[in-house]
Parts: sequence; structure tokens; C-alpha cells
Amino acid sequence: MDLAEELASKQRSISVAEFFEKNKHLLGFDSPTRGIITTIKEAVDNSLDACEEAEILPDIYVGIKKTGKDVFRIIVEDNGPGITPAQVPFVFGKLLYGSRFHQIRQSRGQQGIGISAAVLYAQLTTGIPAVVTSRTGHKSPAHRFELLIKTETNEPEIVKEEEIVWDRMHGTRIEIEFKSSLAAKKRLLDYLRYTSVVNPHARIRADIDGDLHNFERASDEIIVAPKAIAPHPHGIELGLLKRMAAVSDKKLKEFLIDGFSRVGEKNADEIIGISGLKNSRKTSGLKIEELKSLLSAMQTVSVPPPPASQCLSPIGEEMIIKGIDKEFELDFVKSRTRKSQVYSGNPFIIEAAIGYGGKLEAEGTATLMRFANRVPLLYQQGACAITNAVSQVNWRSYNLSQQGIPTGPVMILVHVASTNVPFTSESKDAVAAIDEIEKEIILVMQDLGRELKNFLSRRDKNKQEEERARAVCSLLPDIARKVSEIVEKPVPDTAPLEAQIMRKVVAKKQTINGTVEITVSNHTRSPVSVTVYNMSEDSAVDAKPKTDFTDVIGDEYNKLWKAEIEPESAWKATYSGSGSGTLDVRGVDEKKLVVVDLDA
Amino acid sequence: MLKKELDEEATKRLKNIAGRWYDQISSATIPYISLPTRTKQNIEYDEKSEVWKYGNRETLRSASSAKGAMHLLKMAHVVGFLKNQIADNRSSTLREMYYISEGWKRAKFSAQDESNMLVEDLEIVTELSREAFHLRPEEDGASVYGSLRIKEQTRRGERIIHCREDVGEAGYPIPNNVDNLEFIDHDAKFVIAMETGGMYARLMENGFDEEHDAILVHLKGQPARSTRRVLKRLNTELGLPVVIFTDGDPWSYRIFASVAYGSIKAAHMSEILATPGAQFIGVQPSDISNYDLPADKLTEGDIAALKAELTDPRFDTEYWRKEINLQLKLGVKSEQQAFASRGLDFVTKEYLPARLSEMGVI
Repeated sequence: MDLAEELASKQRSISVAEFFEKNKHLLGFDSPTRGIITTIKEAVDNSLDACEEAEILPDIYVGIKKTGKDVFRIIVEDNGPGITPAQVPFVFGKLLYGSRFHQIRQSRGQQGIGISAAVLYAQLTTGIPAVVTSRTGHKSPAHRFELLIKTETNEPEIVKEEEIVWDRMHGTRIEIEFKSSLAAKKRLLDYLRYTSVVNPHARIRADIDGDLHNFERASDEIIVAPKAIAPHPHGIELGLLKRMAAVSDKKLKEFLIDGFSRVGEKNADEIIGISGLKNSRKTSGLKIEELKSLLSAMQTVSVPPPPASQCLSPIGEEMIIKGIDKEFELDFVKSRTRKSQVYSGNPFIIEAAIGYGGKLEAEGTATLMRFANRVPLLYQQGACAITNAVSQVNWRSYNLSQQGIPTGPVMILVHVASTNVPFTSESKDAVAAIDEIEKEIILVMQDLGRELKNFLSRRDKNKQEEERARAVCSLLPDIARKVSEIVEKPVPDTAPLEAQIMRKVVAKKQTINGTVEITVSNHTRSPVSVTVYNMSEDSAVDAKPKTDFTDVIGDEYNKLWKAEIEPESAWKATYSGSGSGTLDVRGVDEKKLVVVDLDA
Repeated sequence: MLKKELDEEATKRLKNIAGRWYDQISSATIPYISLPTRTKQNIEYDEKSEVWKYGNRETLRSASSAKGAMHLLKMAHVVGFLKNQIADNRSSTLREMYYISEGWKRAKFSAQDESNMLVEDLEIVTELSREAFHLRPEEDGASVYGSLRIKEQTRRGERIIHCREDVGEAGYPIPNNVDNLEFIDHDAKFVIAMETGGMYARLMENGFDEEHDAILVHLKGQPARSTRRVLKRLNTELGLPVVIFTDGDPWSYRIFASVAYGSIKAAHMSEILATPGAQFIGVQPSDISNYDLPADKLTEGDIAALKAELTDPRFDTEYWRKEINLQLKLGVKSEQQAFASRGLDFVTKEYLPARLSEMGVI
């Protein structure tokens, strides 16, 4: 046997499953610790995508139970549309089986690798089959499967299948058991929290080995799943063009107009003209060389950008803020959704938010939350185009210090939504450096940076003013004491003065020569609406203005006025009487109110 | 005014200041005090008294700012301190008050300047001089030499002194409180006040006072209040013309201006401190060129000071505009003792007699 034959005898095809077995890191299963996060991430992504397609508000349960030494059972259950029993083994037991790979629209999962990779990972580490329960509606029973993957052939192996009674009307539950550890629990919680921030329409409950976390729903708005669009002539590669051409029975011009987005009569004619092909040709008969010239013609002709509004589903400025507000308590949040842009024929939208203060760490670098198609990116921050773009911004001009990314109590959120998010690898950890994307991120960061700067300078100004007020208030009692010592009179009360300086509401009652005068002065910056209660023996029948209500309690009259008072103005009521009794004001925060009874 | 009456009046006025603040605080008004703005933009010529006084511009000192509140607190402490000092019949100097403020905690003065300014503020508000609050000036007055007999009320009794026969070479030292002085008689035709001790001694040595019936006064640089007060009294009470002899530089012109028109810092006291009739003898910039006096180049500071004087209302006369512009053109300045370049007698035999007759004094 010569060498070539000897080698040939060893050569054979490799199944994807086998390939994965050897290259776990490519899909995010490089360590047992990380496996747990990847599994949950893939399952939750699938659940959210499924709910979105079925227009259901997602309710997702995530469970992690320790079942043995280093062995964990991962459970993810949703209220999605469910999967038909015939499909279940393929969805979970065959790699590269999916519904979204061939569609051009924004979705979380794409290749159909993620969750079956988790099943395979379980099989490799514990040998325990994955358990999948799914029900598609109240009319059909739930099916329970125990699944393995035949690695040699990349086909599902059904260990057991049965109909069961499930209290869920519809939904899917997957249970996978593999070797792992909870060392990355913080990161897992970050993943769930971040997911919840960009999916404020979802409710996620998590039970991490007895440790319960709830991520509540902040919006009842159902997300409409983006619609698939035809490929854009600028974003297509030869392989896809070849496949499309082979299955089409149309003539060239029709093929271009029907098969691609934004190609009209005029563009089609132009493309055909440049390609040098005849309009009458059927595309199925095109040779590879002809397809190549067609492709190059498609890419030279100027075609409007793809219709982003259909195929992309940005979170929206308001929703981002809702999501952030529910998970973080901040002093300031602003968000932006940019207009859609295109890179290599792929539409994309950049969304971003910036938050400041609250419970964020005052020291260290900013919290950077990266998202791609509503999925948090947790690993390889340093290799990500988002990080790179954020670092390129000169944050110092927005009054922040920076070490690459800004430092201080700052939170930055960046979401890249695209029909095809360019990742650096299949584990989808980092966005690849694409100039168009980085440019958009820099622009949105500069815009938000200006907003933050305004907030910071306003806050500093308020702070200064408050410090000034405090300084004055600490001196006033001393002045009052010294002055009364000189004039040899009792020390006057400086409380009303201090209230004025501290911008509060001051209510005062004073009786001079049988006339009771009640004044409420608003020294705050906003109008106040107050109710003044004055309880005394005076009936105040001659009150000006008249009381809004007078209640007789025993031999006392409880007088009530309602007043709207603009900033830096005062409300006054007078009546004749003795002036004894009490004064009370409602409708103003107690911290902002000072009541002074000069008759007391 | 009797001392007792003066004390009562001073106490009353001090209490009034505190009383206003007391009422402001009691009626929930942020306490404040308004004072004339003490800059050269706010001094005006008063036709009646022929001196420069503060105009209508006022600066509001209000406790609404931390700085203003601190100022008021310090002012309150000073008022309280002065009121007690008058009641206890004690007196102190500004410097002493500065040290006493150490005990006022937060309200203590951070610099002597601050307490000086505050006392000047009080003089303005009360329309009384600091002596009324028993505050003694720090600086000692200058000296007088010539045919003048005075009676001084000292702590050890009355003294009658002739300012030539009863004094040594230094002359009679002017006391801090000039109100304790009485002029008895004199044999003089005019008063000549000099900036430097050197010139004062020169005139004394040359017998200028006897030859021309002059009273010599040594200003000692920028004259103390008591010195200016003496000049004013010699001018008004004895009807003697007053001439001022200084160096020929911008700073010396300001010495003249403060004697003749009142100073910017104490414009509230102009009426009792300024001698409106006082005349400037020299050294004039035109003297420098006419007598070819040894001269120094003007420094940048000198030039800036001269230019500032061109915008100072006190120097807004044809004479001063002409002289200052001439000096700016010449670019030089001369000291009064530069006349020695023409011999030690030149200033008393030639220059001064010529100038005095030119000015119509002799």
C-alpha cells in the first residue's frame, strides 16, 4: 500500500457534531463555568425569539439545581408557542437545524447551533439525555422527550418519548444536566439583568440553586417580530447568489426585482447592462463566471439602502429607559435610537444609553453593557468594536475622566441591531470592527456625552447653591445672637430666614392688634398646592379670603384654606381673633416645609 | 461736644446699626447693609465743602451670600466690641482690635486690612470718626516746626508748647487726637508741608521758616489722618494758606490730592480731613525740564499710575492734565532733593521763593 492510499484510508467526512466535540470553545463551551451561562443564554434567547414571533409576553423560568459533585441541572421554561413533537428532536438533537438561518431579519439566535450544542455538551460530560417538554396549545397534549445526539451522523437519538399532562397551555421546557460550576454566578446574574434591561416586556424568574431572583416586566407592550426581507444586492455573496439563481425559474430582470430588496426596473436594467448578460437569460442556466460578473455588477450599481424599519426591531428610547430604571437606580439616564445605517448591504441600527450616579460604583471604570440583537455580550469586552468605539470618544470634554472607557459612576449601554451582526467568532461574544458601526457608536456617545455634561453642570450648580445656602444658614444664628446681645433683646428665630435661603415653603402665623395673619411663602423653584389648617377658638367669619371649609370641633374651629402658590410669591389670609391655636400645612414634602407660629 | 455726649451719640448710632439688623431678622428679611461704593468711580466734587466725597453709588452687603453673611457677622462683632469699649471707657488701636478678634472664632479677621475696611465702613454709616469709638490710629502723626504756640490736653495735664522755641530739631510731634489741640498764637504767613524728612530738615537748617514766616510740616509720606487734620485746622482756624512740596512722581501727586481733595478710601471724612485750598508747589514735571533736574526714567508702574490719574476726577483740571501729559512725554521723574544738584541753598533761596511769589503766597 503506497502512502497516498494509506492516507486515503484514514480520510473520512467529519460530522458537525464531531467537529464541535473537538472545538467546544468556538461555541462558548470552553470551560464548565462558561457552559452554564452559554446554555442558559441560548435557551433564553430561543424563548424570547419564539415569544416574539408568537406575539406573546414572555414569562421565563430559569432554574439551576446541583444534582451531584460538579453536576448541575439547568432548566429553562417558557410560555412560548411550543414546538411540534415532530420538530423537537431536530431542534434540540441536531446541530445547525434552525428556522432563521436563511432569513434576513433581526433575531437573537441564527444558526441553530446554540441549544443543541448544550445538549451535546451534556452528553459529553455526564451522558445524561436532555429532557424537552413542549406543548403547542390547549388542544394538543404535551410531549416529553429524552434526547441524545448521534455524534457521527449529527442526527437526534430519541431515548424516550411520551405524552404527559402539563399544566402549561403552551410553552417549552428544557432540562440539561452537565458538569459545571457556579463560579460565574455574578456573570450569570448580569446576563439575566442585562437581558431584562433590553427586554422590558419579559418577566424572568431565576432560581439559582435556591437563590431566587425576579426580573419584573416593565412594559406590557408586545414586541412585533421583525419581518424578513429579501437580500440586498450589496450584501450578497456568490454562494447565496448561486443557490438563489439555481432554484429560480425567472428571467434575469424579474429575478433581480423579485429576489432582492430595493431593486426596481431602473436598477435591474442598470445591473444587467453592466454585467453584459442578456435580459432574456433564465437564471438557472447561468454559469459560475456569468454569476460572478452579475454579482460584481450588483455591487457597483447604486441601490437605496435596505428597508430597515421592517427587518429591524430597535428597543426604542423610552423602553431602554424603562428597562434601565427598573434594574438600576440612577440619578440620570438618557437614551438614543439612531437612524438605520448600512454596512456591506446589511442594515443596522445603533441604540445607546448613558446613566450616571445612583448606586453605581463611584470608583473604577464605567459599567459597559453591550448588546447585539437584544442579547447581552458578556465576554471579550476588550476585543469588541463597541468597547473600542466608546474608548475613542474624548470623554474628558464631557467632564468625565477616562481610562479607555470613562471612569466613575457611569453606565453605558450600546445595542447593535442588525439583520447580520458581525461577530468576531461563532461564540458571539464581541462585535467585529466595522467602520460604519464604530462611527455610529461614536456619534451616539458624543450626543449622550453632551446630555450628561449638561446634567453634571446643572447638578454642580445646584450643589454649589446648596453649599452657599448651608454656609449662610450656619452663620445666621450667630449674627442673630450677636445682634440681639448689642440691642439687648431676646434672640429672634432665624428659622423662617433659613427656610427662605434653603428654598422651602414657609408658613407663618402672627397676631397683631387682634388681627390674625397667616402667610405661606413659596421659596422653592416650583409652584406648590397647599392646604392650610388652622385650629383655634376664632370662628374667622370675616376671613379674607374666606375659608374653603370650617369644621366645629367642640368649642374650636378647624379652618381650612386651599392655595396655589407660585415660586417666590406668597399667599395670605387674615381674620380678626385671638390668634391662639395651631397652624398646619399639607401638600408640601415635610423636608421642604417650615411652619412658624409667632403667637406660640 | 463733651466727651460724655460724644460717647452717648456713638453708642446710640452703633446700636442703630444692630437694631436695623435685628428688625430685619425678626421680620424674616435677610439682613443687609448698604454702603457707598468706595472706588474712584464713585467720588464726586462737593461744591459746598469744596472737597471730594462719595457719590450715590451703593454697594449692598447682604447675608444672602456666605461672604456677605460672614461680613455682617464680623461687623456685628466689631459693633458689639466698640459698644462695650465705649461703655467701659477703654480705647484700643486697630491693630489691637485685630488681635482681639482672635477670640471671635469664625468671625475673626483674616488680615489687618479687613478690620481697617470694616472700621471705615462703620465711620461711613455712623458719620462719626473712629476716634469717637475710642479707636486710636496706629500711625503716629508727623511733626510741625515754626512760629506757632499750641496748648495740648495730655493725659498728664495741659501743656503749652511753642513749635520752635520749646522743641528740639525734630519739631513738635502731632498727637493722634488732634481735637485735644488748641492753637494759641502764631507769627506765620503760610504753611509748607513736605513729603520727605530730608527736605523738612533742609528748610529748618536754612532758616526758611524764619526768613519767610513759614510753618514747616513734615508729612512723612502719605500723611496720617491727624497730620491732615492739623493742616486743615491751620488753614481754616488760622487762615493760613497751605502749600504742598513733594517729589515729582505720580505717587507724590496722590499725597497732594489726599491733602487737598480727600482720599478715595476716606472720602466720607473729606470734610474734616481735606484742605481744599491747599496748593501744589512742586516738584512739577515742568520744573524737571526748566531746571534740568537730575531724573530717573519712569517705570511701567509709574506710567500706569499717571494714566490712572488722568481718569481720576480729582486730577481733572487743566493744570494737572498739562503737567501729567508733559511728564508722560518726558518719561522721567525727579525727587525734591534733586535741587541739591544746584547747591544746598538753591531750593530755599531760589526755587521756593520764586514758586511762592508765582502762586501769590508771598
